[in-house]
This record gives sequence, structure tokens and C-alpha cells, in this order.
Amino acid sequence: MKAPPFRYHAPRTLDEALSLAATLPGPRLLAGGQSLMPMLNFRLVGPENLIDLNRVAALSGIREEGEDVVFGAMTRQREIEYSPLVKARLPLLAEAIQWVGHRQTRNRGTIGGSLCHLDPSAEQPTVAMAMDASLVIVSPGRRRELAMRTFAVDLMTPALEDGEILTEVRFRPWPPGHGWAFLEFARRHGDYAIVAVAVLLELDASGRASRVSITLGGVASTPVRVPDAETRLLGSRVGADDISAAAACCGRVEALGDPQVPAWYRQRLASTLAARAIPIALSRNAAHAAAGSTSDSGLTS
Amino acid sequence: MSSEEPVHTIAVTINGKAYERAVADRKNLADFLRQDLQLTGTHVGCEHGVCGACTVLVDGVSARGCLMLAAQADGCTIETVESLAGDAPGPSGLGPLQQAFRDRHALQCGFCTPGILMSLTELLRDDPSPDEEAVRVVLSGHLCRCTGYQNIVAAALQAVSKACGAR
Repeated sequence: MKAPPFRYHAPRTLDEALSLAATLPGPRLLAGGQSLMPMLNFRLVGPENLIDLNRVAALSGIREEGEDVVFGAMTRQREIEYSPLVKARLPLLAEAIQWVGHRQTRNRGTIGGSLCHLDPSAEQPTVAMAMDASLVIVSPGRRRELAMRTFAVDLMTPALEDGEILTEVRFRPWPPGHGWAFLEFARRHGDYAIVAVAVLLELDASGRASRVSITLGGVASTPVRVPDAETRLLGSRVGADDISAAAACCGRVEALGDPQVPAWYRQRLASTLAARAIPIALSRNAAHAAAGSTSDSGLTS
Repeated sequence: MSSEEPVHTIAVTINGKAYERAVADRKNLADFLRQDLQLTGTHVGCEHGVCGACTVLVDGVSARGCLMLAAQADGCTIETVESLAGDAPGPSGLGPLQQAFRDRHALQCGFCTPGILMSLTELLRDDPSPDEEAVRVVLSGHLCRCTGYQNIVAAALQAVSKACGAR
């Protein structure tokens, strides 16, 4: 189908965009368009005014600021995919971005667009949840910063008020040497994941897990952390028993069901993928790699 | 198009030729190419970014023509399948990639072919000798219901080896 009529605006500056968003009736912000354009073509949405952020140069780019890596909301997935900085400091995001759509859609799709669309099984919201990313939200005369867990209110519902624009996504990288893994299952490469899992793992000098992050995408109405699974691994040597217990926790998260993918299937998939991802994160941990493969990890058992 | 429908005037360079046109705000780039410029080589399939038939190059990178408004292309350089025969036409007037598709029977109905050719053009510019895996990853962004993809992969690899042999 074709998009319904709307009036198109292409502001050049953030101030101009903010003022349009605050004053025009029925506004909708257009980022990379890889989700909103299909919704327009399906006529699932019908804004009176479409405000295109693609020409606001200040919203784009990746930079280091203090300890953080900061992404302009309009940074394209392509740029993230090819960024040496992301690869070096945010390996989880670098791995996850390869699962996002296809080359032809990553060329235009943006990190901020994905976070605001907030599909529960999309990769970038899952990584933002896994890393406790912080989101900078601006409206005329006001700037606030929200943690991802607060931003992700419900199914495709971000905590954005009328007239607000997401301008930046801030990640605090884990220390060098941490382990990471991102895995997902979909029926075809490039489809939205049925379930995705993100694991981050830090070990102390004695080889015990000192910091753990385990996140599921596609299971609940937003990406969710699994505190039970994280607690189960904390302080352990991440042996085979620890891994299966943590994976079992992932299989108990309350899951959405639909006619094609019932809730029990999502839960089993979550548990299976976690059981695969945790050993990968462990094997990539510098402390673990330095110790050789003598410990009873899930990889060697 | 009703008279009150809002329009923007855009200037674009398409296959090396400059155009200036007034275009309805809601018109997507693929429809603009086909309906306003009669560049009907670009095909429109699903209109939600999944099938890949409408893929064109925008400032050198592949993009879905159905997921971009024509108004957004203002100032951009666009390449479509019509540009491919130009550079080094073979005996039949086809470019090397098109000739490889013909040689290897990489199309039947041909509906998906223009988009695939543009994605492969982007790939071959970035990496003149991609392996089969790289070709398949790019093709994952396209749906073809005739070929089973096998011959498309073979054609892409033939174009690679011909290009390498020519160097």
C-alpha cells in the first residue's frame, strides 16, 4: 500500500526540530524509516506532520566522553557495524548489530529509531538493557536522562512525552577483558528474533564471576534482565552446573505467546540460548582465557 | 493526486543525470523513479522493506526505495539498474554483472533482479573478490521465488572471477 497524506518537514537543527515537534499538530518523528515507513505504507499510522531528523547533523556520530561511548540518536547501524571504537569498547553491541535486519536496511536504520520503536525482540534495545544504557531526551527548555529500564515502559512504548526527542544514547563500557555473547534465533537471518539473549561477564582474580548481566529480548513485552540468573552466576566459577541453573532461570521468565510461537516455546528457547551464550561469554573473558581451559566451564564439560 | 496535497521540489542526480521535480510529500523514492521519471527498471514488491526488489543505491549505499521518501532524496545521487548497462556493455548491451546473470540463468521472471543487481554492485565495489558467504549474506536481503538462489550465487561468483581475470 501507499502512505496516507502527510506534510513533510526536514529541519536542519535540533532547535528547529524541537520547535516543529512542539507546535505542529499530529507530529511524528522520522529517523531511519526502516520501521516507521512500513507502518506508514501499511497505514498503521497516519501523522498529520512528518518531521524528518535525517538532516539534523548534530544528532549523528559516535564519540567518547569521559568513560562513556556516546551515540547520536541518528547514528546509522552501518556506522556502528564498521566502527573500530564500538568493536574495541562495546563488543556486545558490535556482535548484536550484525543481527539487525540486512545490509540494505542497516545502511539507513538508526540506533535511536530502534530504541524509540522499541520492538521487544529488536537487538539494540536488548543491548541497551543489558548495558544499562542511559538515554538523553530533550524538549524545548528541558533535558532529562533516563535509564533504559525506565525508558522501556511497555510493548513498543517508550517513556517519551509529546514534543520530546531522543538525542543521545550513552553506554558505559565494561572493563577491558570482560566476556560477552549475543545470540538469537529467528526463522530466517534478518528476521526479528523470536528470542535473543545478551550476556556480559566479568571474573575476579580467583576466576569467580564478579559482575554479570543476562538479558532476554523477544520474551516479554520489552527486553528484560533476568536477575535470578545473574545472581545464580555471581560468585560462582561458572561451571556447568552454574550455567544450567542460570539458563533454567531464563526459561522461567514470564513469556508472551502468539499463535505461531507459544509462550512455552519462547521459554525453552530462552533457556537453550542462555545455556549456549554463557559459555561463549566465559570463553571470551580474558581472565578465563589466561587461566587456560582447566576450569570446569560449560565449554569443556 | 489531489491539488491540495503538499509537495516539495527536489533536485536529484540519477544515473548521472540531474533532475528537478516537484514531488508529493508522501511519495516514496521507488514510486518517484517509476511514475515521475519513467525509470521502471526499479521494481516495487512488498512496499515494506522485506522483498528487496526496490533496492537502489543512494549516495553509493544500498537502500530500500520503498522505505525512503522521494523528498528525502533531495540533493542525493541515486543509481538504479538502468545505470548498469552503461559502463562496459557486452555484446548484448549488458553490463558484466547482468551478463553473468544471463549466462548462469540467475533469473526467471526477473522481478527481484534489479534490486539484487544493485545490492551486488554495492558489494563488489566494497570488495571486488567476495567469497560465497559474503554473497549469500547480501542476498539474504532479497527474496526470489523462482531460482532457489543457487544460480544467483553462481552468477555473482562468475562476475567476480571474470573481473579478477580481467585485471
